[in-house]
Amino acid sequence: MAQTIAVVDYGMGNLHSVSSALAHVAPDDQILVTADPTQVQAADRVVFPGVGAIRDCMAEIRRLGFDVLVRSEVASGKPVLGVCVGMQALMNHSEENGGVDCIGLVDGEVKFFGEPLLDAGGQRLKVPHMGWNQVAQTEHPLWAGIENMSRFYFVHSYYVQAADPTLVVGHTHYGVDCHVALARDNLFAVQFHPEKSHTAGLQLLKNFVNWRA
Amino acid sequence: MGLAKRIIPCLDVENGRVVKGVKFLDIRDAGDPVQVARRYNEAGADEITFLDITASHEERETTVHTVESIAAEVFIPLTVGGGIRTVADIRRMLNAGADKVSINSAAVFNPDFVKAASDRFGAQCIVVAIDAKRVSAEGETPRWEIFTHGGRKPTGLDAVEWAAKMADFGAGEILLTSMDQDGVKSGYDLGVTRAISDAVAVPVIASGGVGNLQHLVDGVIEGGADAVLAASIFHFGEYTVAEAKAFMQAQGIEMRL
Repeated sequence: MAQTIAVVDYGMGNLHSVSSALAHVAPDDQILVTADPTQVQAADRVVFPGVGAIRDCMAEIRRLGFDVLVRSEVASGKPVLGVCVGMQALMNHSEENGGVDCIGLVDGEVKFFGEPLLDAGGQRLKVPHMGWNQVAQTEHPLWAGIENMSRFYFVHSYYVQAADPTLVVGHTHYGVDCHVALARDNLFAVQFHPEKSHTAGLQLLKNFVNWRA
Repeated sequence: MGLAKRIIPCLDVENGRVVKGVKFLDIRDAGDPVQVARRYNEAGADEITFLDITASHEERETTVHTVESIAAEVFIPLTVGGGIRTVADIRRMLNAGADKVSINSAAVFNPDFVKAASDRFGAQCIVVAIDAKRVSAEGETPRWEIFTHGGRKPTGLDAVEWAAKMADFGAGEILLTSMDQDGVKSGYDLGVTRAISDAVAVPVIASGGVGNLQHLVDGVIEGGADAVLAASIFHFGEYTVAEAKAFMQAQGIEMRL
């Protein structure tokens, strides 16, 4: 049966990619890019994306009351997917822009990669962490059909460190151990961009669309 | 585990067609941009760059509709450049489905534009494109200068200093094209690629001059590039993206296969 998937629009960056990737994996569903809380509440699933600087993102999220909305949507039990800054915004606090308090739905910090960032061999790593990196998966329905250690597309200068290691279902190493996928009940959040991660990313979105959380 | 080096096919688009020239002249047709982009998406390209090569000097805006069509079916990152001069231009391209915009001449004329763009949209979507030409004579200490307007106008800016400044101003990535090498197929200018890769903390894309797969390897290993951009070797079927990746991986470079 056709369902409605709301992509929460708080005016930050490109939601076209997320909605067109969702439309690609769920051609019969209705994909709504919306800033209307009523539409979000009425949707069967919610995607909470985000790109850009966290200070501006959080300012818009608060101004629009979306911190409260995202909390209640997650509490409602429907599947919610956070992407990139949409994941970072769920944490307690970010080091970006001199320090910004976030929604605090998941305990943990968003930290800067550091300068210089070095790999195990002492070579300097570029920041932002930009490009295709491997994700070590912990079993979860959203990884179905995606080979462990598959590559996803990342672009970020800050990374998540969740307080509770049992919530971490995806790790990527880039100079430091990054928590790149978190799962708690009906909530799933990823640092990478599934909508830009070709086959593996589309499969993850497809799994989300079909997820019975 | 590690970050893969990227292969980025580049679509130079003029009047709605993908074209490829030698040193920005002598243009050859390579097809419809949407079809070409779709083909690269399926072939395993890591990103696609779309440059409206006439936009800067003919005051034309990049074709928004083409970007929309590409973005609707290409699920890898898409960078759009050519004639990006204002925050409104950037917003328009991002709304059309671009993930990053490439700023070239406008950065030279108004470096603060890069700052404003990066503050507004985040460094992750701001690529600064640099067209560099070697200006030192044989035997002198190598020096490269920035040129604008498709390589026709010198600026007097030192390419390495400029790249460092742009990274400080909020560029998330540097797209470095060697004007001397562009379309010549004798390999990247590894000197300027290495100098800029060492000078900036952000990723560097090497561009200009690829004629064979060893050139891609050299760009990464000797030039220190994080991504390699090429056009004609892929457009005209000399090599597939998969062949290029397999070749690079066999030389010890981590790739997404």
